[in-house]
Amino acid sequence: MYLVKVYVTFKKGILDPQGVTIQGALEALDYKSVRDVRTGKYMELRLEAPTAEAAREQAEEMARRLLANPVIEDYRLEVEEAQA
Amino acid sequence: MKFGVVVFPGSNCDADCHHAVKNVLGAECDYLWHQDTSVAGYDAIILPGGFSYGDYLRTGAIARFSPIMAAVADFARAGGLVLGICNGFQILLEAGLLPGAMRRNAGLSFRCEFVNVRVENAATPFTSAYQAGQVLRLPIAHGEGNYYADPATLAALEAGRQVVLRYSEPDGRITPAANPNGSLGNVAALVNKEGNVLGMMPHPERSSEAILGSEDGRGILTSMLQYLQRRRAR
Repeated sequence: MYLVKVYVTFKKGILDPQGVTIQGALEALDYKSVRDVRTGKYMELRLEAPTAEAAREQAEEMARRLLANPVIEDYRLEVEEAQA
Repeated sequence: MKFGVVVFPGSNCDADCHHAVKNVLGAECDYLWHQDTSVAGYDAIILPGGFSYGDYLRTGAIARFSPIMAAVADFARAGGLVLGICNGFQILLEAGLLPGAMRRNAGLSFRCEFVNVRVENAATPFTSAYQAGQVLRLPIAHGEGNYYADPATLAALEAGRQVVLRYSEPDGRITPAANPNGSLGNVAALVNKEGNVLGMMPHPERSSEAILGSEDGRGILTSMLQYLQRRRAR
């Protein structure tokens, strides 16, 4: 069993309206040091696979097809062994 | 002429579309279930507005894999008329039947109001009942209608006159103030390169009768019907 952590973020240069709003709210709280806020999605998949490499390959395909929209989003995967 | 309105779990404008096509336009219309695998026998398919699959993950992302969408994609590739309204537009983008993607509205607010859109291209099967440059008053209701395409894609859309409707001032000027959601190029509706697949954020079915406050949307459906009649006559 493997635990795959999937991080989906907007591509560079894509306006992130939620990030802009959060940055404005932080400024309003007087946190003037914040230069940029980017939001994203975090997903955990627990999946069966013979090896970590196989788990990554499966998750890559899932990310490409469904979990991220390649037009506006990038994704990053972390694969860990997990208890069955 | 037979129209089909696809019902996804979470569609909420399906009955409005069905009513507009059947009772206002006077054409045959059936509901199609998202688990159906064929659209054989239909002349036009409508993907209605709503919140398919609760809009979980991304708007339209899960609906795009509904069994019926493979049939809709084949139908579109064969030249069939497909109209995606609001959530239906989002589904067409996720399915790759139209280029680009939707982001949350700039300002993050859900916008539910009448807007003005200018007809940019009246030479499509969806807009022939209008004049180019005509300004329509249509209702919108969406939280994710902020259209994005990379610069090369946007340039190709502009060059191909695929931007069919643009958010405008009542006098037709295209200004940032007239843009309710931050869409690049004030895009409100797009057609594919072949001209047979249209996605639009405003709701033509909700502006097809005077009692609804505007009849300006009816021309979309009228154009489709006239196109189908002309095609059949050939």
